[in-house]
Amino acid sequence: MPVSTSPQGAPIWQRRTTRAQWLQFVAWLLGLSLFLLCWKAISDNTMWVFVEDAGRQGSDLISRMMPPRWEYANVLWKPMWDTLNIATLGTVLGIIMAFPVAFLAARNTTPHPLVRSLALTIIVSSRSINSLIWAMLLVTILGPGVLAGIIAIALRSIGFVGKLLYEAIEEIHPTPVEAISATGASRLQVMNYGVLPQVMPAFAGISVYRWDINIRESTVLGLVGAGGIGLQLNASINSLAWNQVSVIFVMIFATVLVSEWVSARVRHAII
Amino acid sequence: MLTLTDVGKRYPTGDRALTDIQLTLPKGQVMALIGPSGAGKSTLIRCVNRLVEPTQGSIRLEDIELTKLSGNRLRHARRSMGMIFQEYALVDRLTVMENVLSGQLGYVGFWRSFLRRYPQDAVAEAFRLLERVGLPHAIDKRADALSGGQRQRVGIARALLQSPKLLLVDEPTASLDPKTSRQIMRLIRELCAERELAAIINIHDVALARQFADRIVGLRAGEIVFDGQPSELTSEILTTIYGEEDWDTTPEPADDEETDEQEKEREAHRYQSGRDLRRLASLADGGVR
Amino acid sequence: MSSTDSLARQQAARKGYWRRLPLIDNPRVRWGLVLGAMVYLVLALASVEVNWARVAEGAGRALNFLGAFLQPDFVSRQSDILAGLLESLTMTLTSTVIGVLLAIPVGLGAARNISPLPVYAVCRSIIAVSRTFQEIIIAILFVVMFGFGPFAGMLTLAFATIGFMAKLLAEDIEDLDWRQVEAVRATGASWWQTMNHAIQPQVMPRLIGLSMYRLDINFRESSVIGIVGAGGIGATLNTSLSRYEYGTSAAILLIIIAIVLMSEYASSYVRRWTQ
Repeated sequence: MPVSTSPQGAPIWQRRTTRAQWLQFVAWLLGLSLFLLCWKAISDNTMWVFVEDAGRQGSDLISRMMPPRWEYANVLWKPMWDTLNIATLGTVLGIIMAFPVAFLAARNTTPHPLVRSLALTIIVSSRSINSLIWAMLLVTILGPGVLAGIIAIALRSIGFVGKLLYEAIEEIHPTPVEAISATGASRLQVMNYGVLPQVMPAFAGISVYRWDINIRESTVLGLVGAGGIGLQLNASINSLAWNQVSVIFVMIFATVLVSEWVSARVRHAII
Repeated sequence: MLTLTDVGKRYPTGDRALTDIQLTLPKGQVMALIGPSGAGKSTLIRCVNRLVEPTQGSIRLEDIELTKLSGNRLRHARRSMGMIFQEYALVDRLTVMENVLSGQLGYVGFWRSFLRRYPQDAVAEAFRLLERVGLPHAIDKRADALSGGQRQRVGIARALLQSPKLLLVDEPTASLDPKTSRQIMRLIRELCAERELAAIINIHDVALARQFADRIVGLRAGEIVFDGQPSELTSEILTTIYGEEDWDTTPEPADDEETDEQEKEREAHRYQSGRDLRRLASLADGGVR
Repeated sequence: MSSTDSLARQQAARKGYWRRLPLIDNPRVRWGLVLGAMVYLVLALASVEVNWARVAEGAGRALNFLGAFLQPDFVSRQSDILAGLLESLTMTLTSTVIGVLLAIPVGLGAARNISPLPVYAVCRSIIAVSRTFQEIIIAILFVVMFGFGPFAGMLTLAFATIGFMAKLLAEDIEDLDWRQVEAVRATGASWWQTMNHAIQPQVMPRLIGLSMYRLDINFRESSVIGIVGAGGIGATLNTSLSRYEYGTSAAILLIIIAIVLMSEYASSYVRRWTQ
């Protein structure tokens, strides 16, 4: 907080020095021009006629969605079951793979710094790539179907669970670990007795969380052919059957609400 | 039985924690290690069971040179050295019995310990130890449900289940109130006598050290400055160990207050970690989207 | 557990018999859960239809793809990749800025301790809708309304940003240190002054951190919504995959990973700097 003296002799308080004020001004200016530049790039690539038309299109869309064709829901039970399976089996598979990766990535449990950077690379790659992209890849490799969806969800979950779990492992109390090592326990026994009990609640919480997120993600995997209710969504959109689309939206909304409630309850019980 | 010759420890940062430590501990002797904070007491006992690597010198337990061991041989050597910690170092989420049985980890294989299938005589011995320290009714309680004194008893039972020849005790009473401190020290003393164990006890409280130890070693800035009987410990010697202070008018150690402080800190930490988990959860929520 | 059980366990332990306590006390509930999980697993696995011939055929492709990762092809579709990337980045930036700006009023409105009930209800429902639906579903609707291209994509990401940021901001404001707010109010400050002097300083560091984090998420999402025609690198990726040009796909994925990594480093730096 610089205080200077005005020409009249009274002290003037300013929040920042003149130099800092200038720097801040320049930073804002740069940020603003970057934003405007990006905006221009987007607007150049936009057909503004369509945008002006958006209100009419929107109301048209809603009028076609209403009333929903409720009897279509009967067709959706099997896809919904598939969606649930993709999320659940994918989460289980992902957790199984993420568990050792997290232990290799945590600074205090990794056997070697090289192994650690390898584990971190796995985590970053898995996190950077959206499950839909994983699904696109897997559909071209394995063919369309639920299997591709399960593996896509699993691959994406490794990074998420792995990252949060290895952070939890790095935050444990070191003294119990020291005490277990002092009894002459082997490395694996130290993990089992010293580390695992400390991270178990975090691990369970993270897993349930990921399951909840995976339910959401698996609802759209069908858009690229990886099974579940997204397949019906894609088909309905392509055939412009908007009154079916609205039924699917309601189903998705309800499922996500239920899964969110379940995961919140379980996490609450754990924490 | 335990012989330290020229032991030194220098941290990678260049700080010298220990210099030329010479020490011989005969069988059955209870030795108190006193000195100001940062004098290297903890480092010294951790060098013995190699939780900290000494950078020079030799440490022999009976006929085994401890500083050269690695892998399995180190694990075998660690079995014969039980360690008791300041903050008890129990695994909070395991039961009392599991905590005590973890003293057997050096003897059983991974799968046995993973499935908690301990040998019958090990379980019976664990229970006997729990009876000895006065906690047979608590076997199925979780360790974090116990009071400080009870936790320390569990820690002692765990160390004894290793069937050690030597106890390494790191500030056993620093987190306890004065009365419990006495009880714990008396218990350690009795157990050492029953089993003819040698012990090195790091302790802040000079009065307790005087009362319960056979021998007192004073450490200052990583060097031994006193080694003798409790009766030889005079005010002048205390001054060389700790620096200038009026030794005769401070019968009440300031431990009490410290305990409270630490208790609060732990509370705060527990609260914080619960909160962090919720934070993390709400952040994670958006993570994918 | 009853005390007789406990005594029995002590007696057994005395003789050397001890088993770990089960996680769930009631054996019926315990075995019921195990059985339920088994039945679910069997049913679920049975309903997964796998065309093994197709999978075997895909194995060769998987090898091709892995090979492509070792030799990513940045060159042959360079202009497409660059255009897509630029579009993704511009969408990311504009949508984050717009989204965060709009999220601030919504977040203030959704904090129970500073806003009246009707405002709270409206803001909370905006958050709920924005968070329930995947970006890609929103993108489909916006593409129908606003036409193909990055504008729809930008709106999608901005809409998703509002839900994310507003929820976390509201939670932050709800567990503010209320004494500071009262202290400022006690000086006779107006509502705006209270916001500026008591609430803003407390939530600002986290708000900046979260914006950085959201920037990162928006970039990752912008690589996907191109699949349904909302602009960005996703469209390029989709095309390359359907043409089996694995070299190009690998190059795009590597670029995405690299950018996410860089933004992660940058945001951890910014967070350290703001705190």
